[in-house]
Amino acid sequence: MQVRMVTNSIFKGFCFLSTFTAVAILVMLLYHLFLKGTSHLDLDFLNSFSSRRPGRAGIKAALWGTLWLIGLTSLFALPLGVATAVYLEEYAEKSRLTRLLEINIANLAGVPSIIYGLLGLAIFVRFLGFDRSLWSGSLTLSLLILPVIIVASQGAIRSVPLSIREASFALGAQKWQVVLFVVLPAALPGILTGAILSLSRAIGETAPLIIVGAVGYMRFIPQTPNDDFTALPLQIYDWASRPQSGFHDIAASGILVLLAILLLFNLNAVIIRQKLQRYPS
Amino acid sequence: MRLSYSYALEAKALSVFYGDNKAVDEVSYGFKRNKVTAIIGPSGCVKSTLMRAMNRMHDFVPEVKIEGSLWYESEDIYDQRANPVLVRKKIGMVFQKPNPFPKSIAKNIVWGPKINRMSKNYKELIESSLKRAALWDEVKHRLEESALSLSGGQQQRLCIARSIAMDPDIILMDEPCSALDPKSTASIEELILTLREKYTILIVTHNMQQARRISDEVLFMYEGRLVESGDTEQMFENPRIGQTHDYIRGKFG
Repeated sequence: MQVRMVTNSIFKGFCFLSTFTAVAILVMLLYHLFLKGTSHLDLDFLNSFSSRRPGRAGIKAALWGTLWLIGLTSLFALPLGVATAVYLEEYAEKSRLTRLLEINIANLAGVPSIIYGLLGLAIFVRFLGFDRSLWSGSLTLSLLILPVIIVASQGAIRSVPLSIREASFALGAQKWQVVLFVVLPAALPGILTGAILSLSRAIGETAPLIIVGAVGYMRFIPQTPNDDFTALPLQIYDWASRPQSGFHDIAASGILVLLAILLLFNLNAVIIRQKLQRYPS
Repeated sequence: MRLSYSYALEAKALSVFYGDNKAVDEVSYGFKRNKVTAIIGPSGCVKSTLMRAMNRMHDFVPEVKIEGSLWYESEDIYDQRANPVLVRKKIGMVFQKPNPFPKSIAKNIVWGPKINRMSKNYKELIESSLKRAALWDEVKHRLEESALSLSGGQQQRLCIARSIAMDPDIILMDEPCSALDPKSTASIEELILTLREKYTILIVTHNMQQARRISDEVLFMYEGRLVESGDTEQMFENPRIGQTHDYIRGKFG
């Protein structure tokens, strides 16, 4: 009996320690960032371009580049991902081929992002000739998050109760009407949560953007998707890899902005889930 | 056309298969207009299976196969040329568990007519449908509230109002009271009796007393076959077949 009690508390202690370590590291990281980054964090920082002098450098180009990327990526990836999920869940025959397809999509979600970068380089930059434009960047990021959006949307569609599908069929609805007007609205919270979480992953990506040729130093805001671009993680990477410590400090400021955007995104996901969740079961 | 055909719906040797398993075995019956016909029998999915065959709700289950014919307005609804969507517009269905859409009360009513581009005057349609389903007085001040805020019995009456809004000829009810408390059940039963004036009603129930209270005719199903059918009073007072007698007296089931 005594031994079991001891084992119990050892296990509990171990789990607590693991949790504590994770949180402690996060707190230390944030503390470090705030210490270094807050002094530069003002409107000027958001509203100036990068510069050779760290004191005058800002993230204007990177911030706008990131916003462009978010917009274009969701424009490509959302409709494509949701439509794919609808096809797989609602129309595709439940054959071995479909099953194989689904397993592959789920596996694609785990492929390292740099591989997508190489794919984007081959297809969008070279083959389609988009060069190092926002098109290439956002299409590459779309490929990257597409599997996650598909899998999340499939789950959301699957959890729409059969009973309300039947109700709509019994009212003389066609299949497309049931899908468009009943299933998708009911699945929307799940779809949006998945989409937002995957988009926030895309925002933080650096590697694939470097491969498709995003630039580290830019002194203008992209006006059309044909323009060159930079993004927050790239700007941070660029500054962090310079020798002067002044750049390291503004890199920390950049990270804080990036974190704020990510936090805003995730908060949105939580709010949407809370607000729209209409089927508790 | 309508009057030339004597039944609202007539099954001729209608069988339903789940894979190789024959769930409903050659049921033939003419359902009379403006009557409440109850389908009774011991548990098992056969009664619901038969009812779902009446408006082609099995179309969505690939392993279900139907044989025989089902005549509505001098047309076999299982004919290859028949349009299942048109069939379901005219043959409405109320399910075991109330299943309103997660939308407002008003939107629930107009959903069917809207997607079918039927009515123009939705305000009037909402009022008349809810009135016919005896729900108007309870909800007239909260039409924009979510249908899910209603009680179970109210939700089920909303589902009835929703199918009424489609102006059907026939309303199929698949154990509409099985998820409800006695009070809500009583209100639904009362409603069914008034709906009979305008619609033909088929109701599946496992509750024999309910069948006796609300139906004009009864079908007794056992192991997929139609054992006996007829006038409700006669069926309950002196059934011709021993099996029916035993079931009605509660000897099995």
